[in-house]
Amino acid sequence: MAEMRYLRAINQALADAMAADPSVILLGEDVGEAGGSFGASRGLRDRFGAERVIDTPISEAALAGAAVGAALSGLRPVAEIMFMDFTTLVMDALVNQAAKARFMFGGQRSVPMVLRTPHGGGLGAGPQHSQCLEAWFAHVPGLKVVCPSDPTSAYGLLRAAIADPDPVVFIEHKALYAMKGEVPDDAPLLPLGRAAILREGRDATIVAYGAAVHTALAAAGQLAEEGIEAEVVDLRSIQPWDEETVLASLSRTHRLVVVHEAVEAFGVGAEIVARMADIGFDELDGPILRVAAPFMPVPFSKGLETAYLPSPERVAAAVRRTLA
Amino acid sequence: MSQPGAMRSEAGAGHNAAAELLALYRSLVLIRRSEERLSRMFADGEVPGFIHLSIGQEAVSAGVMSALTPQDTIASTHRGHGHAIAKGISLDGFFAELLARDTGLCRGRGGSMHVADMSVGMLGANGIVGAGVSIALGSALAHKTQKNGAIAVAFFGDGALAEGLMHECLNMAALWKLPLLFVCENNGWGEFLPTSKQLAFTLKDLAAAYRIPHVVIDGNDVAVVAEHAASLVAEVRRDGPRVLECMTTRVRGHFEGDAQKYRDPDELAGLSARDPLDVTAGQLKALGIGESALADIADEIAARIEAAVEAARAAPMPSFEAAQADVYTVSNAARENA
Repeated sequence: MAEMRYLRAINQALADAMAADPSVILLGEDVGEAGGSFGASRGLRDRFGAERVIDTPISEAALAGAAVGAALSGLRPVAEIMFMDFTTLVMDALVNQAAKARFMFGGQRSVPMVLRTPHGGGLGAGPQHSQCLEAWFAHVPGLKVVCPSDPTSAYGLLRAAIADPDPVVFIEHKALYAMKGEVPDDAPLLPLGRAAILREGRDATIVAYGAAVHTALAAAGQLAEEGIEAEVVDLRSIQPWDEETVLASLSRTHRLVVVHEAVEAFGVGAEIVARMADIGFDELDGPILRVAAPFMPVPFSKGLETAYLPSPERVAAAVRRTLA
Repeated sequence: MSQPGAMRSEAGAGHNAAAELLALYRSLVLIRRSEERLSRMFADGEVPGFIHLSIGQEAVSAGVMSALTPQDTIASTHRGHGHAIAKGISLDGFFAELLARDTGLCRGRGGSMHVADMSVGMLGANGIVGAGVSIALGSALAHKTQKNGAIAVAFFGDGALAEGLMHECLNMAALWKLPLLFVCENNGWGEFLPTSKQLAFTLKDLAAAYRIPHVVIDGNDVAVVAEHAASLVAEVRRDGPRVLECMTTRVRGHFEGDAQKYRDPDELAGLSARDPLDVTAGQLKALGIGESALADIADEIAARIEAAVEAARAAPMPSFEAAQADVYTVSNAARENA
């Protein structure tokens, strides 16, 4: 059992995957000599060599396209896009190529690639370095989307994403990189598409993923002081998402609040809410509510950004409202 | 440009040269007759969707592919039938795909713009201009990482030269000395606009900017293409990327059904003088190959094509359930039952 930070868990997962499978390569801007702009690949170039840990020029479209071609040719590439905002530049490689290659070529070959990228605000990084764009990718058949909330799941999900035969967009939250947690030696791969219940409660279900899980947990702590027991479900995977676990929780609590940092309109929460309003309609005793970002770019100034991000207070208020 | 047909006679006149040229001619005829068959079936409404024919450009496919091994990989374009056929894909699978059948190479899910056959290193035609170039780049990176001795070939048209991705790929291929051959089919047209109105530079300039050796040749003389491809492929295997620019002719429209009213009738009429099949047939006759040998090839290929068309017509249409279950390698339903 080792305590390690989220960023270190990512690094460990990359190292263990590379040690276990020589077809795993890393590529991206500054992943090699610099060890990653946040440090996720620190030490890996020295350990595995420059042929497997490849510094690319600032050419996101080509590095993502190259990952697709390499995946079709026998490698398991893990590409890093430095900020999720820059995935606008890799859309063709992911949406038209990686996502569709297996299907449109009649199942001849899978595309075992991972695209790692950090999302999220809270660091004063401004409108082009803070966005949460996961809903775009979750909307594309053929892609999988994962977003871990802590070091343990970051390790297990990244190992599973690299081992997965299909293209996975693996989203890390920048504000979680320093978070500490337990990652056991020989930690297991965590199956994609499975949620985890992090706190049990009988009164309401709060579904979240990534850093918003901690907002939800803080809200549950506040509510407990009022005698309201909220259950917190960490989705872990966004595509596919664990409908079964969410429905089972809703069947116990009969109330649902979905929390994410991404913009509320047309977001991941909208899909969860719509599905639960359909298959969970008979279980509902209150309105299903979303707590997410307003429909505006992520602002830079500290006060603006704090007001923009979902807070435990807003989540707690939503739970109270659905219980009212 | 090289002198058409000059090299084979130098390389070794006589039987070998004639046999090699005959094999290339066979490839040209197979591509041409297959596309002519598709054109007729498209006009009859039997081939659905959009198709883009490479009639007039066959020598690039036949010539370049003659220099490759089965382990070498190619990534193609929306005008990719010739590349696919020359790389050795199953002709039955090809026609079945174009006719949207379950027995098609892509089980009727891709169609003309996505013909692929991984078993022969054909990584797919592509509906996005320039996208195949980055896939070939990644395939070349995989060959280099795996040290398997294979190379990748990126086919693209002159229209793709204006795509930013093209420039990124040229840079990365040169920077990393990847085993990647860039093959430009310069037919003078990017969709409905001539190249002269789309590009402020030439491919020669562009290759020079990235310090990649560049050769421009007559892309309608398959012997010329084959000879240059052979030497460039050897260089790519040994030293890294090369650019082969083949000057060629787009006889049909951008897509089948395009009346090409934007083209000068005299220009279109003049294309037949550079017809790749006629060029090669003339060279074969000069080497002593008689009309009857060419007629035999024509008959044999016509029979293969008809057999493929008939097999495709008799094949079942794909099932929706099977298609829907194949979006991921292991479907969610199968995962849960496991």
